[in-house]
Parts: sequence; C-alpha cells; structure tokens
Amino acid sequence: MKVEQISIFIENKSGRLAEVTRILGDAGVNIRALSLADTSDFGILRLIVDQTDKAKDVIKAEGFTVSKTEVVAVEVPDRPKGLSGILDVLDAGKVNVEYMYAFVERCGENAVIIFRFDNTEEAIKVLLDNGINVLKGERVCQM
Amino acid sequence: MIWNDEFETLPREALASLQLKRLQQTLQRVYASVPFYRESFQKANITPDSIKSLQDMEKLPFTLKQDMRENYPYGLFAAPLDQIVRIHASSGTTGKPTVVGYTRRDIKNWAEMMARSFSAAGAHAGDVIHNAYGYGLFTGGLGAHYGAEEIGASVIPMSGGNTKKQIMIMKDFGSTVLTCTPSYCLFLAEAALEEGIDIRDLPLRVGIHGAEPWSEQMRDEIEEKLGIKAIDIYGLSEILGPGVGIECIEAQNGLHIWEDHFIPEIIDPESGEVLPHGERGELVITTITKEGIPLIRYRTRDITRIIPDACVCGRTHLRLERMSGRSDDMLIIRGVNVFPSQIESLLMQIEGVEPHYQLLVDRDGNLDTLEVHVEVNEKMFSDEIKVLQGLSREIRSQIKDILGVTCEVRLVEPKTIARSEGKAQRVIDNRNKS
Repeated sequence: MKVEQISIFIENKSGRLAEVTRILGDAGVNIRALSLADTSDFGILRLIVDQTDKAKDVIKAEGFTVSKTEVVAVEVPDRPKGLSGILDVLDAGKVNVEYMYAFVERCGENAVIIFRFDNTEEAIKVLLDNGINVLKGERVCQM
Repeated sequence: MIWNDEFETLPREALASLQLKRLQQTLQRVYASVPFYRESFQKANITPDSIKSLQDMEKLPFTLKQDMRENYPYGLFAAPLDQIVRIHASSGTTGKPTVVGYTRRDIKNWAEMMARSFSAAGAHAGDVIHNAYGYGLFTGGLGAHYGAEEIGASVIPMSGGNTKKQIMIMKDFGSTVLTCTPSYCLFLAEAALEEGIDIRDLPLRVGIHGAEPWSEQMRDEIEEKLGIKAIDIYGLSEILGPGVGIECIEAQNGLHIWEDHFIPEIIDPESGEVLPHGERGELVITTITKEGIPLIRYRTRDITRIIPDACVCGRTHLRLERMSGRSDDMLIIRGVNVFPSQIESLLMQIEGVEPHYQLLVDRDGNLDTLEVHVEVNEKMFSDEIKVLQGLSREIRSQIKDILGVTCEVRLVEPKTIARSEGKAQRVIDNRNKS
C-alpha cells in the first residue's frame, strides 16, 4: 500500500536541480511525480520515479545526499470537496499530514495525491476503513 | 611496549636533576655560540650561571617564531654548518620559512624519540608502517621514517597525495600502521569506500595522527570508520618535528612529552606568567639535548594543560592534554575568543553531524560575522524541512550557548567543502581582505 519516494538534499544555487534531472535522465529514469520544498539556503527534492533503487544509486554516486521514504498515494475524487473530505477523515482519525503533493496522471476519473503522514500504517488503516482507495506502489510507479 | 625502559620510567626526582644538568649545559652552549641568546640574556641581566634550579627558568626570556624569522636562515644555529647533517624548514605561509638544522646526534635522538613514540602507540618490528606524512622540507615524513626503521618495522615511504595509489598499496602491501594527518585519514577512508574497499577489512591496526588539531569525537569517527586505534602524536619542526610527545595506547589520554629531552611549561598567553600544573594555557618548550638549534622557552602557540596524574602505562614523563587549538588560530569574533576545535567538538556531539565544516568570518560594517557551513550527510538528512531547520537551529543555539557567539548556520551538500590532502582548511577569514 506504500509508495517509495526518494528525497534529495539540494543547495539553493543555480544549476543543482538541472544537475539532478540530468543524472536521472542519463540513467533512463523517468520521473512520475515531484515536489520541491525550499528554504532560503537549501531545498529538498522529493520524487516518485519508475526505478526507485536505480535512481537512488545514480544520484548518490554523484555525491548527493539521498534518502528513501515511504509515502501513500491516495485516489481523490476530482470535484469540489474531494480533497477536503479525505482530510476530514484523516483529521478525525488523528493522523497528521507532514506534506503532500499532486500526481500528474489521473487514475480513471480520480486525481492522485501523494501524502507523507506522521504515522503511515495508521493513516492507511483510517483511509481504508473509510472506503478511500489507496494505490499500490508498483502501480503508481508505472502510471 | 616501552622502548627505552631506563629513561622512560626514570623516577621524577632523577628526571628533574637530569633536566637541570642538561638545561645548564644547553644554556652554556647557546650563550657561547648564538649571538641572539647572548644579547637577550644580557638584556634580561642574566648569565647561564643565574639558573641554579628548574624554578629559575622563569627568569629566562621567551623565544618567539618571529625571532627565528629575524635570524633567517642559520642565525640561531648553535653548531657550525660542518656539523649540521640535515636542514628542514616549516611552510612559510606568512613570509620566510623557519629553518632548523640537526647534527648527527640530533638525528639519532630524534629517531630514538620517534621509536619511543611508535612503541607507545603499539607498533613494533614486523609491522608494515604506511607513512603518508609528506617527505621533504616538512619534518613529518622523514621524522616518522627514521623512527619506524629504528624499531625495525618495514616502512613504506608513501609521502602525501595520490590517494588511489595509497589505497592500492595499503591493501596490497598489508599496511598495519598508518601515519598521516587525521583529516587525511578520514579522506582516505572515504576515498577507499568509493573504490569499494572497506579499510576495516584490511590488516590496518593503528593510526598515528598529528600535525593539525583534532578532537576526541574525530578520534571516535576514525576508529569506527577504519577499525583501528587512533593515536595522537605531537611535534613541531622548531622543536624537533614529530615525536615530541605521544599518547600511549594503554591510556589514550594525554601525550607523554619526552622530558629527558624537553622541559614543558604552561603559561598565560597574555601575561607570560607560568601557570601551575593542571591549568590550561600556552605550551612553552625548552630543548635540553639539541645541538643544531637549541631553543630556550619557545612559545609553541599551542593551547593545552599538563595532566598531573601518573599514567597507567608506567612512563613517568608528564602528559599534555590533547591540543585544543593554537593561540594564534584563535579567532576573535566580536570580542569572543573562538577556537575552531571548539566548534568541531560541538558539531560532533550533535547526533549524526560529521566534522566536515568550515567557518567563514567576515565583517559587515563594523560587526564581525560568523557563518558555519556544515555538510549534510545521510545520517542527518531528513525529507522534512522542519527537521533540517531544527538541526541548523540547534547548531546555532549550541554555539551561542557554549561559545557565546552568534552565528549563521548553513547546511551544504556533501563534498562541497574542499578537502585538502594535507591539512584541512577550517577557517576562511575575509576580514582583512578589503
């Protein structure tokens, strides 16, 4: 039920983002979704890719600091209140969202949003108990 | 193992009387043959005969690095050139280098002191000593080399640099003892891992590290990453080169200084007053057996203290605590004294932070600014911004709390701080460059 995401530490200077995407491109890795969190000094690039381990290895070999994190891909109805309904469920289940970002592709009629929770297992349970569809990792990477 | 049992375990009283005798001989020698000393003694209104006890040493004037520069190159030599068999010089980062000369007996004594040092670190005949200190004008390479031969070990004269070759030779030749600077040691371990070699799997057993200040936490890191015992060695070319003092492997706590060859004192760097044993201050050394260039009360600028307790290893020679900085490396930031080594040990205490850091000092208007750059490694990295910001805040507040100076902390990518193959450049001070 979980999706593997890689996170990369990037200094806030020109060319770093281009460098990371170039390394991934040269290795034939395709980016499925991404989010960039930034501060004045540094940023964290979070990626869902089609070949997680390969991506992590090639980035690390180029001297970047990389980590692998487990996130959850949730199907969200593509209409007003679609997202807020899901956040209400999570809130009622006392699960905190650390961060989230939207996936490029749709899953049928629905949008897909990537969540990072403070308690992943609990979050998945709450979502499933409320009939909300959580996508499998392999599926997300190949979307 | 103790190399020279007779001298290294000499009872303190016998050691003191030997020191006094050798001090008086040295004073006679420099008074007779070095114009600089004759003049400075006359100015202080003393002759060698004025020194009747070790306590009388306080009356003797200090020798400064500046005095060596002013007497460049041979002015402080107490032996004619036809008795000098070797000349070394320190890197002259600020002006002319300081030059030292050794007589045949000086070289013999140096080899003996380095042999004692290797033995104290647990090295012995049969060891393969991988000597990665630079060979040349710098005393490190040749100093360690002669001592390694003296104990009957097989010495590989690697010298510095060419890291890939170092790793290949270390692996193929089965090096058991490594001598190099502590920062190069970590550099070597990282470079080896990149080649797919874990030094922990090699026969290497002991590392002997010096020539730059390092911390207890850096020792832990070296011991863990290389799977060795890391021993601190002390030396400076003006006094001898490597082998002035070393930790024993039994205690790994404080460096025994060979007191049958040197008299250490600790002074207040401001007032010049001698401090009692146990108090921290600047190390001053008088050489009492050197012939080529004996130095009287030489101000080393290294900050340490004397550990007064007897050592478990059985050596009677006093121990100096690990050097905690140099009085001339000391940064004065908005009136606060800061040693880079203090920041290093603070960083090491914060979980996961490796000592790859650099201090950037600058001036904004009339205000000094300090920026601390710290490389982010996998252990400290988190994919959550707030965790990284928390880490950088913690570093900032620890520096403020413990050192009393406000700074900016900047987290940077791995390997963006230049690693030198010799000494690490920890400080960039741009205040005087405008």
